[in-house]
Amino acid sequence: MDFTLKIWRQKNAKAKGKFVTYKVKGISDSSSFLEMLDVFNDQQVTKGEDPVVFDHDCREGICGACSLYINGRPHGPDDSVTTCQLHMRRFKDGDTIVIEPWRSAAFPVIRDLMIDRQAFDKIIQAGGFISVNTGGIPDANAILIPKQNADASMDAAACIGCGACVAACKNASAMLFVAAKVSHLALLPQGRAEASARVQAMVAKMDELGFGNCTNTGACEAECPKDISIENIARMNREFLGAKIGSQKKTVKAGGF
Amino acid sequence: MPSSLNSNSIVSIFVPLAGNQKYELFSLPNQVLPVKYQINNRMGNKLLSYSSITKKIVMALAGLFLITFLVIHLAINLLLLLNDKGAAYSGAVEFMTTNPLIKIMEIFLFGGFAVHILIGVTIQIQNWMARPVRYKVEGFSHLSFFSKYMIHTGAIIFIFLCVHFTNFYFVKLGWVNPPAGVGKEDFYQMANLLFADKFYAILYIVLMIFLGFHLHHAFQSAFQTLGLNHTKYTPFIKAVSTFYSVVVPLGFASIPLFYIFIK
Ligand code: HEM
Ligand code: FES
Repeated sequence: MDFTLKIWRQKNAKAKGKFVTYKVKGISDSSSFLEMLDVFNDQQVTKGEDPVVFDHDCREGICGACSLYINGRPHGPDDSVTTCQLHMRRFKDGDTIVIEPWRSAAFPVIRDLMIDRQAFDKIIQAGGFISVNTGGIPDANAILIPKQNADASMDAAACIGCGACVAACKNASAMLFVAAKVSHLALLPQGRAEASARVQAMVAKMDELGFGNCTNTGACEAECPKDISIENIARMNREFLGAKIGSQKKTVKAGGF
Repeated sequence: MPSSLNSNSIVSIFVPLAGNQKYELFSLPNQVLPVKYQINNRMGNKLLSYSSITKKIVMALAGLFLITFLVIHLAINLLLLLNDKGAAYSGAVEFMTTNPLIKIMEIFLFGGFAVHILIGVTIQIQNWMARPVRYKVEGFSHLSFFSKYMIHTGAIIFIFLCVHFTNFYFVKLGWVNPPAGVGKEDFYQMANLLFADKFYAILYIVLMIFLGFHLHHAFQSAFQTLGLNHTKYTPFIKAVSTFYSVVVPLGFASIPLFYIFIK
């Protein structure tokens, strides 16, 4: 298969980028999108030109490293998959494919299609963890957890932190990511203990880092490769409001309302 | 309060309290501007210091309040359709303008509008700033079409509100002169004159369509914002939202339609 690629090229974080149009030939229809870019980069190197820089790691949809805004959609035209799992047979021979980096003030471009997603790490560092070691696997039924909660928690924990929600949202809001992290811990007894402090600290961090405000457009849910539901955002809003109303004065250093 | 926010603001609105005290109602903070345009002064910054979720929750509550108000407003407007030379309508207007309880609610109503609009504009500016470089191919993933245009439909409603206030409320207050030969509290005659004007009537209908667009997303969005997303209730809320956003604007529009085609 042959394609025309319009790729965002940018030398470094400070440089002004631009779109450059390339041709790539002889791509197998069963290669993944990233393999197509590998072939393309080979072609670039052979010609003595700069290869395109893009993020990737596991190439099996579990690490959250790959990104790319492909023809107006994060992770391309397929639902519920990451870019590394996207196959070229999903496109037509001769198609023009526009490839852009995630666009968000909080995710600056490092080079070409590679972006800096440390903002997500900072949100996790603000409270997306359980402070103490909760030990090994407990005996079955030693800690009772309603199946419903276990399932909802597991669904939220599927988040790989790729940032597609931010990329898809017209407000560049990180609510789905933060909500997934808040939810998967808040639904389990071990995470419950710090739930109030956690949600306040993580939301404060999210706001501080310059992500937009959620207006419930649902684009995040539609583009999430792990199908995280915006039910989690509603849960986070509940958790947040409850935490703010219920918390003691000056016990939590996470700011006011 | 997020630590990166300092206490500088461009404009602040204060409510004077007893003595020298004042309460800061609203301030447009520096952070909405690019760094080089930021003004440094020592006025506090309240609105932006609230978290994104709190802002949305307050906005949703104000919005839901406006939604209930619209029903009452519609009920009174529909009295214009009665063939009683405005007796019922004028009676209702009389009640609404004199009843002390309604007078108190009026303050809440203006407050509701102010809060909703100020927060709406603030979060929209922040949202634009959150994506300084836009995509070449704009996304089309939004599940709800109208959710993309809330600020635009909101702005249209706002313009309508300005016209509406000039036509009615400001006349009552004596800020604007009533049409020749009409008393300044005679809303029935004012409405009659306005709707008799084809241009105004059509404009009114068009604006109601945009109100419907705003409400279609807004109604159900407010519940999600308030944390109510539930397998049992959400489908119902969405249905009510769609129903409301069609029926209420249609109800309002039925009055100019009546003036154009029947009266
Ligand atoms: C009759 C008048 C109005 C009613 C009943 C109304 C109602 C609502 C409601 C219920 C929401 C959802 C709030 C949430 O999810 O938190 C909303 C959102 C919004 N409104 Fe309004 N509104 C009105 C007028 C306006 C005006 C005049 C503006 C601005 C100039 C405006 C701008 C917005 C914006 C930007 C949103 C955010 C989108 C979102 O949260 O989904 N609205 N409105
Ligand atoms: S490379 Fe790991 S998810 Fe795509």
